[in-house]
Amino acid sequence: MINRLTDALDFHAQALVLRSQRQQLIAGNIANVDTPGYQARDFDFASALRAARGGGAAGEGIARDILTPGGRPQPTLRFVHPAQTNLDGNSVDMDRERANFMDNALKFDATLRFINGNVRTTLDAMKSPNSP
Amino acid sequence: MSMLKIFDVASSAISAQSQRLNVVASNLSNADTVAGPDGQAYKARQVVFQTALVGSRDAFVPATDTSAGVRVSTVTENSAPGRRVHDPRHPSADAEGYVTYSNVNPVEEMVNMISASRSYQNSVEVMNTARSLLQKTLQMGQS
Repeated sequence: MINRLTDALDFHAQALVLRSQRQQLIAGNIANVDTPGYQARDFDFASALRAARGGGAAGEGIARDILTPGGRPQPTLRFVHPAQTNLDGNSVDMDRERANFMDNALKFDATLRFINGNVRTTLDAMKSPNSP
Repeated sequence: MSMLKIFDVASSAISAQSQRLNVVASNLSNADTVAGPDGQAYKARQVVFQTALVGSRDAFVPATDTSAGVRVSTVTENSAPGRRVHDPRHPSADAEGYVTYSNVNPVEEMVNMISASRSYQNSVEVMNTARSLLQKTLQMGQS
């Protein structure tokens, strides 16, 4: 019964974890913009979230998380195809990484707002009708 | 919390880029150095960056959770011969009247400097964004 309350939050919590992981990955790419031979990495957020949810019913994700040894399923990282080749073998495209970083930060923020909205809705539902 | 590691990554990039700026400053200030009594002029130096994994010391952190920081692996010296200028009246001139200057190319160094400062700015921006995101995460559910 109690997990009914947290089901909606659980989806956003998983999205938040994945967003923070992607943010960290992009930060690593930006940090290595001048490293010779560094290959930029990224993961597909949509498929990672689908994998984290297990593609099944709500609530299944929680059980899977506890069972997974690492705490949660890890997204599969892929190398980014560079738009332009670089003489030192570095495949970081700074413009794309910056765009991805800002995009990811914005969506992280959006997920936080969803969570805040859910929490507020739940709190409103728990309030006594007589209280102001 | 994996967001906290962004600070480690960005700070490793900042310190590496500042070391690169240091080397550029050293090169630029020695651009007109002449050869000393040993006949060896200043050689232009350059940093080499290398990916350094941040947070991999923890055995409980999965492999994909380790993030890629950066560090300066070596500082190399440019072995190109120094610029030679014919100036017999110069006190450091050799027997043939040539003065050997350092092999620093100021144009290359300026380009290097601009590149380093842009990368530095990017890392600072990364840090600021991560900080504001973490701050919003801390205020989750309050508002």
